Amino acid sequence: MTDMAETTAVTRTAETVAARLGRRYAAEARFRAFGFAAVAISIGFLAILLGSIVAKGWSAFVQTQVLVEIAFDPQVIDPDGTRDPATLDTADYAALIRAALAARLAPDADRSTRRDLSGLISSGAANQVRAMVNADPSLIGTSRKVWLMASDKLDMVTKGQYDTALNERQLGWLTALRADGELRRTFNTTFLTAGDSREPEQAGIWGAMVGSFFSLLITLLVSFPLGVAAAVYLEEFAPTNRWTNLIEVNINNLAAVPSVVFGLLGLAMFLNVFHLPRSAPLVGGLVLALICLPTIIIAGRAALKSVPPSIRQAAAGLGASRLQIVAHHVLPLAMPGMLTGTILGMARALGETAPLLMIGMVAFIVDIPKSPLDPSAVLPVQVYLWAGSSERAFVEKTSGAIIVLLVFLVAMNLIAILMRKRFERRW
Amino acid sequence: MQTFTLAAMLLLLSSLAFRLGRGRALAVVGGEPRGLHSLPGYYGWWVALWCGLPAFAVLLSWLVLEPSVVRALVVSGLPAEMQALGPDRIDVLVNEVRNAALGHATTNPALAAAAEHYLRLSRIGFASVAVISVALALAGTALARARIEPALRARPRVERVVKVFLVASSTVAVFTTIGIVLSLLFEALRFFNMVSITDFLFGLSWSPQMSIRSDQTGSSGAFGMVPLFTGTMLISLISMVVALPLGLFSAVYMAEYAAPRFRAVAKPALEILAGIPTVVYGFFAVITVAPLIRGAGEALGLTVAAESALAAGFVLGITLIPLISSLSDDVITAVPQSLREGALGLGATRSETVRLVILPAALPGIVGGVLLAVSRAIGETMIVVMAAGLSAKLTFNPLEAVTTVTVQIVTLLVGDTEFDSPKTLAAFALGLMLFAITLGLNVVALHIVQKYREKYD
Repeated sequence: MTDMAETTAVTRTAETVAARLGRRYAAEARFRAFGFAAVAISIGFLAILLGSIVAKGWSAFVQTQVLVEIAFDPQVIDPDGTRDPATLDTADYAALIRAALAARLAPDADRSTRRDLSGLISSGAANQVRAMVNADPSLIGTSRKVWLMASDKLDMVTKGQYDTALNERQLGWLTALRADGELRRTFNTTFLTAGDSREPEQAGIWGAMVGSFFSLLITLLVSFPLGVAAAVYLEEFAPTNRWTNLIEVNINNLAAVPSVVFGLLGLAMFLNVFHLPRSAPLVGGLVLALICLPTIIIAGRAALKSVPPSIRQAAAGLGASRLQIVAHHVLPLAMPGMLTGTILGMARALGETAPLLMIGMVAFIVDIPKSPLDPSAVLPVQVYLWAGSSERAFVEKTSGAIIVLLVFLVAMNLIAILMRKRFERRW
Repeated sequence: MQTFTLAAMLLLLSSLAFRLGRGRALAVVGGEPRGLHSLPGYYGWWVALWCGLPAFAVLLSWLVLEPSVVRALVVSGLPAEMQALGPDRIDVLVNEVRNAALGHATTNPALAAAAEHYLRLSRIGFASVAVISVALALAGTALARARIEPALRARPRVERVVKVFLVASSTVAVFTTIGIVLSLLFEALRFFNMVSITDFLFGLSWSPQMSIRSDQTGSSGAFGMVPLFTGTMLISLISMVVALPLGLFSAVYMAEYAAPRFRAVAKPALEILAGIPTVVYGFFAVITVAPLIRGAGEALGLTVAAESALAAGFVLGITLIPLISSLSDDVITAVPQSLREGALGLGATRSETVRLVILPAALPGIVGGVLLAVSRAIGETMIVVMAAGLSAKLTFNPLEAVTTVTVQIVTLLVGDTEFDSPKTLAAFALGLMLFAITLGLNVVALHIVQKYREKYD
């Protein structure tokens, strides 16, 4: 009798378990699917982000040019025939271009037609013609076919980005030019070699790249020696006491302070107390160095920790002083790890924007900086400035600048990864 | 430029001093290093330090002091009526003088004279510093070289200097913190002299625009930080709603389910997400996400602001996914294997093990990670500067535009900064609040994470 009851109880339990099992397996599958979906969505965001930037930005590296037959009219360039460089420099080359366009597209142009005509060519094209004449004054009096930089509107229309940038008449001319092969697209060297400009087609990122280079140079020169020294002290020499503990807590907390607060520090200290120049890579580099310092110290300590104690004991056994142990044995072994951490810190500093806004690195600067004391922009700030511009052609430039920035970041990270692979030691 | 030349020259002198000291040490013992107390190189270093350190100290102190000293002298050389102007007017004048000295012509004869004066002063200053530092370098070298003898304990002396440098480097972090606190506190106190601290902390309206003339309407700016605070909280909340489930589920999947090959691809991909500069995310939010959200909202018949909190918060959330996921991954993998095996052995499925055993065990660590993420969200600047609005509105509607503390700090300080208006000083007061809040969150989070780590170590 009791046996019977037990058997039924067992059967019933088995039935309930079996009934529940299906649900539990379903829940298991759901949970797993959620997990996979989370990873997939996150990586999907990355793909969308990169995809949209590349889709918008690749065309920044391409530029439209128009073939124009320019008559180097002596009446316009040099009416007195002196060939004086000052006269050649100040001549109205835009008028030559206008006349050439009118001759080609609309021989009997009135005022508004002329305005439409000059809307096809960049205002920077006059400089191009001026440079030609300055280089070779014998051109005056002849005529020659020249590829001129198109205006940003024409550029956008040919790239299919913004079809209503030009009016009906201009679109008609565009078709005519295209039919005769007088329109071409080339690699945009201006974008990589020029400084900033109000005109999208003349704007480039070289100035920002040089500014970023100077800033990172200062950052490296300041933060690497300081970071390595601090890591060595904390890991190899520091006694465990209140003071060391305070330093450690401090470093950990500094690593998490919002970067904009470092910008406030830079503004109040470096600019207002020490009167260092505004907008200069020197100040930017110093602020970035303070931001990177905790990262470098933490990475450096990890690298020092991974050097086994046997190395230190062996050196000590041969009579090396503590500093000799560190300088001759531990530090060289830890250096690859420290350098990897430093490169990663530099990569972070390269993308940092907010603190640089605080110290005035947002000015509109056309000139390429020549030293860390000249005012300049840096790459991410250039991105920010162009992103805020109302000109539609800057969308493409912004994305282009982002692509360049990301290429640098990827390169730096790759170097770090390769170094880690190449020099990693297992003890 | 000339400073670099001087520094390079001093470096060259020091390296010469090194060779001199090394050679001298060997000469003293007649080319037999065994007679010396230390290796000959240490004598070289010792002389090089005597050559370089005092000279560089002079150069460095001049670099730090020069702007203030020259400025004070230039200002004292200006005509009396110019000196009587307010401090910010004098700032403008000094800038003009500096520009004139750099070669930009000025129309004001007094300023042109001052520019002359400025140029002369900096020239005299630099020349004297150059002479003094080179003289010190030479004197130091000569002095040190003369003192070299076999019994000189060169190594301990050099090592002491190096150790001082090591200790000094390790305190830079402390001085940075002190610098942050002091500069924020100092400017914030000036701000609280103009605006009462209770108005700042509890005021419900924020409009920092001060009018130039006192008779203009709305002349008194309002500095209540409550709308900024709620805006920050709203955007942080949205970002956490995005980041928390995605980050946590990714971490669980990576730690408990993913095959090693999948992990090897997915983990670096998430790290890339963390490595992209935030200014790129800001641009992405403005150009791609905001129009999408707006379009979707309008299709549903909702009015969505162009700079909605939703767009900024959403993109901010994406940037936080890798942080939450990697921190949670760490704590989940740190849960002892025995707990996992015990649960599985009792017949729990893997998801039940995760939900009922692993997550509760890892909870403190995860909470710590989430707090770090919240602190990052509050302090994040570029995304909100580009994608969130400027008008301080007291609302919890995610489709409206709100502004945040960091946005206001940037807007108040970009452009011309005069350091006596409450408008600029308010930025420092906001910075102080931001620093205090994030510091508090970090301290709590690090404490929790460390406590947790100790439990299983």
